[in-house]
Amino acid sequence: MKVRVDDGKCCGAGTCVMLAPDVFDQRDEDGIVVLLDETPPERLHATVREAAGVCPAAAIELDENV
Amino acid sequence: MTDSEHEQALTYPFTRPAALEPPAEWAELRQGCPVARVKLPSGDEASLLTRYEDVKQVLSDPRFTRRLTADDAARISDSESGGVFNSDMASSIPDGGEGHQQWRRRITKWFTARRMASLRPGMEAMAEQLVDEMVERGQPADLKASLGFPLPVWVICDMLGVPDSDRDKFSHWSDALLNLTRYTEAELMAAQVEFFEYMSGHITAKRKDPGDDLLSELVAGGEMSDDQLVATGMGLLVAGHETTANMIGKMVAMLLVDRRRWEALLEDPSLIRTAVEEALRYDANLGFGMPRYIAEEVEVGGTVLPGGSTVLCDMAAANRDERAFEGAGDMNLTRSPNPHLTFGAGAHSCLGQPLARTELQAVLCVLLRKLPTLDLAVPAGDLRRVEGLVVGGLSELPVRW
Ligand code: HEM
Repeated sequence: MKVRVDDGKCCGAGTCVMLAPDVFDQRDEDGIVVLLDETPPERLHATVREAAGVCPAAAIELDENV
Repeated sequence: MTDSEHEQALTYPFTRPAALEPPAEWAELRQGCPVARVKLPSGDEASLLTRYEDVKQVLSDPRFTRRLTADDAARISDSESGGVFNSDMASSIPDGGEGHQQWRRRITKWFTARRMASLRPGMEAMAEQLVDEMVERGQPADLKASLGFPLPVWVICDMLGVPDSDRDKFSHWSDALLNLTRYTEAELMAAQVEFFEYMSGHITAKRKDPGDDLLSELVAGGEMSDDQLVATGMGLLVAGHETTANMIGKMVAMLLVDRRRWEALLEDPSLIRTAVEEALRYDANLGFGMPRYIAEEVEVGGTVLPGGSTVLCDMAAANRDERAFEGAGDMNLTRSPNPHLTFGAGAHSCLGQPLARTELQAVLCVLLRKLPTLDLAVPAGDLRRVEGLVVGGLSELPVRW
């Protein structure tokens, strides 16, 4: 799985960080998303999918074929 | 419903069969009339959206604006000022585009998930104190007045660096500002003026003597005008108090009306996170839908809306859409993922959502731990909704333990 984030779309709601803090973080200065792990291990795939699904700004994209 | 029934605009908001039940119109409209003509309390008309996809589309589309100030935009309430939606209090905060994004990002740094995690022990301590005081006063007790209403004010006052002794004033102002019909126009205006003067004084004080709080930091940053600082402080209270207070009451009510839900959480507290999300989704009393105005022609849900339309996005109706949620009519405490629209969507989606989530999780955690025998003190049929506020909720939540 490969994760991409769009920091232009991100609205800083922090939903992804609350769900998967090993994969997502937020910049200190404005709360915008920081991707910590572009290719998260398999055990985190379900939560990363959930984070992408519930992102209010649709700013997380997943490529499942990698 | 047949087409002829829809020639007449439906009166909005709809009446409810019972306090926690959705109005019958939602399912009918989602099925047969996803873009419905409704008549607002002001007498003006708007188009009501009830399907998940349509509500999400409109909230995420920046061409739909939030301010209903155009001459042909619908007015929501019949009070002179139009209530909080049409008030010019917030006009110094940019409402869309880059200006709004800049404003939002300055605030968001105070609402990061990491900061919320660090505030959580403090929130649990406040909740514990409020629960202890409630227990001391004896049962039955009103959980909304004892815990739901004060907790979010305490949390916001702390964030804004407002002293504990002024918390009661903040409660009153936020209550009055969200009026649709409960307060008189004069009471609303008086509350606005008092609140504005308090915040102006507070910001002057923070400039002289900064503390470790959001406003002090914004003042020190020097990027916001005084008007913007005042509007930001007022806006955070108005946006974050009544919403969270009511949600605490409704969440606990929903978990207690079918006590198997409460027992499932007692047995497995690791369900708290998904249970909070499901309570947010399942809540049939979110209150007034989100109004949006669009200047140009647009297609939504297969209907062409002419330029100059006001639409009302009913997130609670969308959250019950079977097209988006399997078993949408059932409360499922393990539902995951749960992409409900309770916090909106797109560039304006709730900035305080990590805070609201953390408060709800903290409250539930404390109640399960301290009052495992908690139960409703009245039959579910006796629960009453609050009338006359933009935000929906129960007027009280009588409990025993
Ligand atoms: C359960 C509680 C809450 C609910 C249901 C809720 C709901 C919402 C919704 C639906 C919006 C979108 C408004 C729109 O699209 O026009 C919103 C925006 C907002 N909320 Fe919340 N909210 C809650 C708690 C909070 C808290 C605790 C705070 C902060 C203290 C807060 C601050 C805000 C702010 C500042 C906005 C405006 C964001 C913007 O325009 O960019 N909310 N909220």
